[in-house]
Amino acid sequence: MRGLVKRYGDFVAVDGLDLDIRRGEVFALLGPNGAGKTTTVEVCEGYRAPDAGRVRVLGEDPSDGSRRWKAQLGIVLQSGAGDSQLTCRELLQAQASYYPDPRDPDEVLALVGLTEKAKSRGKTLSGGQRRRLDVALGIVGRPTLLFLDEPTTGFDPEARRQFWSLIRSLRELGTTMLLTTHYLDEAEALADRVGVIARGRLVEVAVPSALGGRETAPAVVSWNEDGVRRSEATSTPTAFVRDLTRRFPGEVPDLAVARPTLEDVYLQMIGEPS
Amino acid sequence: MTTTTNRAEVALPSLATVYRTRGSVELKEFFRQRESVVFTLAFPVILLVVFGAVLKYDIGGGVTFTQYFMAGIIAAGILGASLQNMAISIATERSDGTLKSLVGTPMPKSAYFVGKIVQVLAVTVLIVAILLAVGVLAYGINLPSGSDWITFVWVAALGSAACTLLGIAVSSLAKNGRSASAMVTPIAIVLQFISGVFFQFSEIPAWMQTIASFFPLKWMAQGLRSVFLPHFLAAKEPAGTWELGRVAIVLGVWCIAGLLLCVATFRWQDRGTD
Repeated sequence: MRGLVKRYGDFVAVDGLDLDIRRGEVFALLGPNGAGKTTTVEVCEGYRAPDAGRVRVLGEDPSDGSRRWKAQLGIVLQSGAGDSQLTCRELLQAQASYYPDPRDPDEVLALVGLTEKAKSRGKTLSGGQRRRLDVALGIVGRPTLLFLDEPTTGFDPEARRQFWSLIRSLRELGTTMLLTTHYLDEAEALADRVGVIARGRLVEVAVPSALGGRETAPAVVSWNEDGVRRSEATSTPTAFVRDLTRRFPGEVPDLAVARPTLEDVYLQMIGEPS
Repeated sequence: MTTTTNRAEVALPSLATVYRTRGSVELKEFFRQRESVVFTLAFPVILLVVFGAVLKYDIGGGVTFTQYFMAGIIAAGILGASLQNMAISIATERSDGTLKSLVGTPMPKSAYFVGKIVQVLAVTVLIVAILLAVGVLAYGINLPSGSDWITFVWVAALGSAACTLLGIAVSSLAKNGRSASAMVTPIAIVLQFISGVFFQFSEIPAWMQTIASFFPLKWMAQGLRSVFLPHFLAAKEPAGTWELGRVAIVLGVWCIAGLLLCVATFRWQDRGTD
């Protein structure tokens, strides 16, 4: 993807975005609401035509969107797949029949933990169950590239953990995934690489541990001295603490050494430029 | 895995397979939804029972009003099964994301419309059969004979096609299913009043007759009157004949207009997303 631009009226949703996703990786687009995550993903899925830029997904221009191209994709939309009078199994069977080489609907139900809901109608599911059904519908066609737009919104912690292990097993099977999320821990737990998007621009792309130069960022050493809280940013915290211990006879009062958390880095990246 | 298949070589499912799936999905969606079954199927039957029980007068030449009403209520039933049903169900599926999800799959787009046509056909045949059965058994309606059946079939088929296409087109004007219902139901009821469904067309003021003659319901009802009423009653029609040629032309023109409107206005996504 090169120089993607998408406007809605005067609002520029995506502003010159470059992005490469490698085969087999899980890529997380991380950003606050309204940052342009969904717009970017929906351009890749062929739902929206870009105003500028060049996009190739699995070698094709998404706006052309042939059946054969779509057969290699799995799409989990942010909005979900709608209400239905059909049962979960019927919905998956119908969906499977559109694809050349689908997975077994019952296996997919088991994968997302909906086996006991196989005979329940789509309409009667709870929010989290419905989201799992959306994911099931997304993977039943055995996609090589799976789009997941905020897949775990509304999940309880246990459902999220289950979902994470599902993503990991799909990754083992070689599925490439483009995931959007505004959960930091989700991006950190699942993604091979994270792209942080803010105000329609890609702020940074990195492996989660290196995001924002986190691995080499200065640590902050803080302590109390003469009744005042003092702190010092340093790239050599060990040496700094060793010096500190010489100034104090015993324990350094309230000593703390902190590395920036992913959250610190992230908030700094998406914050309004000062 | 003992064999490796080149995914690109696995054939896409045949059109017939996908059409069958969509037909079955649409039938389940319709018949499992109580509102649609009551609204579309039961309502005309209730009207027939009530009108048949209340209005027993002779419209001339020993022909009962119920015999007259039979033609009108069948036309209204076809209108409900096609125009109202399509407008409401497609608007619902557009606003709840069903359509957007479908278009992201390799399902050929034609399959969606094939499914809808299967649904309209099944509901239309069923409603006509129920109305005829109730008419004959409860009110001693005279069934059409000989070549009248041929007229019955082509008027019903052409009228149903025109109204289905119009319903698909109208669905694009509504925000969701509820607003489609609010828009299309009053129009349908007014058309029923001025098109000679509930009252004899000859007793309706001329200016209302003129308005009605722009819409397909009037022509469907007129064509069906030629089927259910003895031929001497053609003298009561505005033109003094059944005008079957004109019925065919007007309904045919509505088919073409409806098709052009569908092509021009059909959207797979909600308004405002692109």
